[in-house]
Amino acid sequence: MISEMQVQVPARHPSGLPQSRPYSRWRKYKNMVHNAVTNPYNLLALAAIVLLTYFIAVPLMEMIRTTFSLAKADVRRLGGDARVGQFTLYYWKQILTSSIAKKMLYQPLFNSFLIAISTSTIGVSLGAIIAWLLVRTDLPFKRFFSLAVIMPYMLPSWCKSMAWITIFKNERIGGTQGFLNYLGIQTPDWLAYGPVAIVAVLCIHYYAYAYLLVSAALRSVNSELEEMGEILGASKPHILKSITFPLVLPAILSSVILTFSKSMGTFGVPSFLGLKVNYYTISTMLHSTIKNQQTNLGYTISIILIVIASINIFINQKLIGTRKSYATIGGKGGHSTLLQLGKWKVPLTILLLLFIVFAVFLPLVILLYQTFMLRVGDYGLSNFTLHYWIGKPDPMIYDGLPGIFNNPKFWHYVRNTLKLVIVTSLIATICGQLLGYINSRGRHLRSGRLVEQLVFIPYLIPSIAFGAMYLSMFASSTTVDILGYRITLIPALYGTFTVLVLVSIVKHLPFASRAGTSNMMQISVELEEAAQIAGAGFPTRFAKIIFPLSKNGFMSGFMLIFISIMKELDLIVILMTPDQTTLPYMAYTYSAEGVTQLSNCVAIVMFLIVFLVYWVANKFFNANIAGGLGG
Amino acid sequence: MSRIVLSEINKYYGSNHVLKDLNLVVEDGDFMTLLGPSGCGKTTTLRVIAGLEKPQSGNIYMDEREVVNAKERFYEDPAKRGLNLVFQSYALWPHMTVFDNVAFGLKVEKVPKAQIAQRVQNALERMRISELAQRYPSELSGGQQQRVAIARAIVSEPKVLLLDEPLSNLDAKLRVDMRSELKRLHRELGATIIYVTHDQVEALTMSTKIAIFFDGVLEQVNTPMEVYQNPASLRIADFIGNPRINFIPGKAQRAGDLLTVESVLGIHQFNADTFTNEMPGDGLFDCVVGVRPEQIEISRQETAAGIPANIYSAMPAGSETLLQLWVGDVQLLAKQIGLKNYAADQPVWMQINPESINIFHKETGRLIKRATSEAEE
Repeated sequence: MISEMQVQVPARHPSGLPQSRPYSRWRKYKNMVHNAVTNPYNLLALAAIVLLTYFIAVPLMEMIRTTFSLAKADVRRLGGDARVGQFTLYYWKQILTSSIAKKMLYQPLFNSFLIAISTSTIGVSLGAIIAWLLVRTDLPFKRFFSLAVIMPYMLPSWCKSMAWITIFKNERIGGTQGFLNYLGIQTPDWLAYGPVAIVAVLCIHYYAYAYLLVSAALRSVNSELEEMGEILGASKPHILKSITFPLVLPAILSSVILTFSKSMGTFGVPSFLGLKVNYYTISTMLHSTIKNQQTNLGYTISIILIVIASINIFINQKLIGTRKSYATIGGKGGHSTLLQLGKWKVPLTILLLLFIVFAVFLPLVILLYQTFMLRVGDYGLSNFTLHYWIGKPDPMIYDGLPGIFNNPKFWHYVRNTLKLVIVTSLIATICGQLLGYINSRGRHLRSGRLVEQLVFIPYLIPSIAFGAMYLSMFASSTTVDILGYRITLIPALYGTFTVLVLVSIVKHLPFASRAGTSNMMQISVELEEAAQIAGAGFPTRFAKIIFPLSKNGFMSGFMLIFISIMKELDLIVILMTPDQTTLPYMAYTYSAEGVTQLSNCVAIVMFLIVFLVYWVANKFFNANIAGGLGG
Repeated sequence: MSRIVLSEINKYYGSNHVLKDLNLVVEDGDFMTLLGPSGCGKTTTLRVIAGLEKPQSGNIYMDEREVVNAKERFYEDPAKRGLNLVFQSYALWPHMTVFDNVAFGLKVEKVPKAQIAQRVQNALERMRISELAQRYPSELSGGQQQRVAIARAIVSEPKVLLLDEPLSNLDAKLRVDMRSELKRLHRELGATIIYVTHDQVEALTMSTKIAIFFDGVLEQVNTPMEVYQNPASLRIADFIGNPRINFIPGKAQRAGDLLTVESVLGIHQFNADTFTNEMPGDGLFDCVVGVRPEQIEISRQETAAGIPANIYSAMPAGSETLLQLWVGDVQLLAKQIGLKNYAADQPVWMQINPESINIFHKETGRLIKRATSEAEE
């Protein structure tokens, strides 16, 4: 009696149910196709998976395959019935066990480890301490300091190594004398070149990453958490150690991963500061093997580099693991009480100021100063010239190379660079937002996780190895014949603008997608659903709801990638051809040819462009570069 | 006409079975409240009706039209179901003014401009917020945002209005205001309203019907009065009503058309016309007696049929007084209207009308004896 009154069960009351059509399998399939095609998530995820496989998984596979296949140049060496392209373990044996293995792999690998470990320890500590001082204490001149400490990020690391050489080089190795030498101070070789110099330069570059990540984390920690500790009677060092530090530990660990893998794969700095004393790291070794046409050996080294980077990230993820989850606890910091530094205030301010002067301004000033020196090594006023900026060609100076503003090539390269940077950052940022959409909406789906993992791969691959990978894939075209039609699966793109754009986009996708994800996570699904119910299709929703709400995040992602590509050398150095030269490569070749002043001029121009973009984005779009870096 | 029929709906999130064989009919013009503790599936039901979730099996009909046929993988687009939804978070677009928020759906439908202005104005007036048209959501209070969200939902003149815990973010006073506002809206629009809440007072005061969910199962659908007087199970009885119902353990014996129940309240006998379908066959079994606090009358003098009890504590609260009593080893809560004073441990006598109490089967937790309709009249 009662249950019938309570629950009206349509199944038992056929009259209550509208007439239902008989089940049709055909209609089911039709609807399934319709559902799949009209769901924007499916379409996006499918496109992402196809493209990411083509641009990431295939090149990686192709590179791995190459290391097992015999190259033409090595056929003779093996003798007998060796054929081109046959399966071989020759390269792996060469690299891992032969007599040259120590010189080609183990010694450079050891050097790289030494540099990466020292850099991530010192650089991250430095960045974290500065972040804490600027976010949580009552240090004065914060506005100035917080702009000054991220300036190193805007100057490529290898430009700093140029400045380092300028100061420390001696006549024995450098040819001309450095600044200290000019003042009569003899600099020892170990300070001018080699691991100490490399670590020092990398530290004053990479501390900026740690600073950005840790300061963002510190800002999200509610100071009430610290005040609670204070109420309970804990001393300030104790609070720092047992409350603040554990809360920002995830950010610190992600800076360690970032710094470690970046310094492991960095090419510019060890090439400037190491090659002169025959100090090879794995990345400079990789570059020289590829330049020497030993491509297969180079790829083998790349794979070893990728494996190391993957292991590093795997270990770090295990370490961060569940701890990552409380990275957001404390939510919006909002109100925060600053720690009184008391008697430490003045000494710390002076210390930080000195650091800024030496690590940030000095390299810039040195670079700039050198552009005004007619002859390298003479720091007197009589040597002053504007030739390298605006001079006409003079056969007496560097075989008639004009000042950069008078060099048509320079303007060509500026156009090249701007074109590359703008096209690439725009496409990468848009892709990043779309990938962010997939990541944030598909967290619980297999497709979403697959996309997330695919996007992450370029992060594992050091820039120089990534360039090598694209070289291997696009050096020649691959075609298949299907039903009489010749279809180009992989076009030959080496030496084209397209390959530079592609490699830059794909390599920066992890950052772009992370910026996009953090951006999309802030946009509640309900905002989109409300529009869906109102009848707005996906394009309308994206244009009217999602895009306007993610504008600032879009700018942040754009700026992050813009700055990164603007100073990119490691990634494209292997793919460069004279026609497609960019400013960083121009500076690099000038420097390699010993035309220091011109090289510095180019570096200064690059810095100014980056600084301008940062300033505009920050001022007008409230952009924030830390978002895309986050781990 | 907009009658909604949900038939055999099953919804899973991964291996998590959220809705289990759900059957529900919402008649045209109903104010149907989906009620239950958090995680019981009520919001999922709402989202399934809205078309934001796709159930793995089952059918949904709106009027005579099929909008979901899971077997044929047919899911009608949410926008084509003639309904609108007010989200718990309001989901107002922060970058649009109030006017633009409300006008959005009409613009998507390509309604002529003059008509949009007119209809938006009407909707805002109906929610009494026309002066806020040019403000941004961040410049509004929670209550005002709530009104904008409702205006946005009603501007498209939906046949069905879905509301997902719309009052849960408001303070207590605003909540009472909005309740009467929503009730008035229901009358004026004549639309079917489906309303999700975990607040049983909202459910009892506003709805024409309540559907109660536990763990993804629809346990009871009926009028608020019936749900209150004859909750179908122990957990519904426990969930509905504030202060909570008293449960008293007892022994029951059924012999044909007669049920005999023995507890600290004494021995009572009930006739077959009060039995429900859940009544077990002849025999002896454990039962639970359900008595609402207001059904217990208290007398300070001994009465003939009175059950002796002791005051444990008295809690006068202005319009009513709650009494905690000990009867044997059972503690009971009684409610009296007005301010009453009692001393601790004071002996009192309770009067309970046996017709108004519920009897539940202890093992199944189902209602086996209904309260007779005396109170309904």
